[in-house]
Amino acid sequence: MTALVELAVGAERTTVLVENLTRTRIVQYAGASGDYNPLHTDERFAKDVAGYPGVFAHGMLTMGMTARAVTDWVGEERLTGLGVRFTAQVWPGDTLTAVVSVTAVDGDQATLRVTTTNQDGAVVLTGTATCRLGG
Amino acid sequence: MTVERFPVEAGHVLAFRRALGYEAAERGADTAGELLAPPTFVQASAQFDPDYPLRPVPDRPWWGSGADAGFMPAGGGGLHAEQHYVYHRPVRTGDVLSASVREGRSWQKSGRSGVLNFVETITEYVDASGAPVVTATSVGVRREPGEDR
Repeated sequence: MTALVELAVGAERTTVLVENLTRTRIVQYAGASGDYNPLHTDERFAKDVAGYPGVFAHGMLTMGMTARAVTDWVGEERLTGLGVRFTAQVWPGDTLTAVVSVTAVDGDQATLRVTTTNQDGAVVLTGTATCRLGG
Repeated sequence: MTVERFPVEAGHVLAFRRALGYEAAERGADTAGELLAPPTFVQASAQFDPDYPLRPVPDRPWWGSGADAGFMPAGGGGLHAEQHYVYHRPVRTGDVLSASVREGRSWQKSGRSGVLNFVETITEYVDASGAPVVTATSVGVRREPGEDR
């Protein structure tokens, strides 16, 4: 493995995860993950049976895209933990942006805060990641 | 849910990376080498769970729409509130994992919209030698039965 990742407390990165999320993209995630819940894949069911305005994205799609923003920075092999809360639903048409910031560095371990918001500034996901700094 | 055999296949990782918007999702897909799976990839072990409820099965009624709008199944309507992973090591293509599931804590919260019930489910992913790979903790939330959503 290569050199240490230079992560200092306060360092921050912003990543646009997706612009104008499409229903097809949600279906693409359904197919890859195996989660075909009609709440996410079936507009008629989501409206007429479940009473939502329409389908919405799997929380795990948002988490997976947010995780990509974290590992694009710290490296996939260094991630030791990732935990999130889903705080609002993500709808077709949404544009999501993740902000990842370093909150602590302790020896060989860094802790990062992750916050993903939609185009209106509403927070849809908050969480924490931990990673090793060494190889 | 127990998954006896979850082979981490390059083509499956490709499809998963593509769905999450990775650049060059095809990278490494023609090798069985050191390609790392995305951090949330273990979620796709559902593909290898014979009893996974969120996948249509031939000759069994599916609750999504067809000729009609579908129906809410018993125990339906829950949402995903939290997800946590502890990585003991990265997941790589070529791994053959297995998963065992246990219930964790459960708790209640009262809010404007009524009583919410939270239940934790813990999934331990181990490799073919039995060594721990990922510990996944999912928190599901459901409104108290009988209340309007």
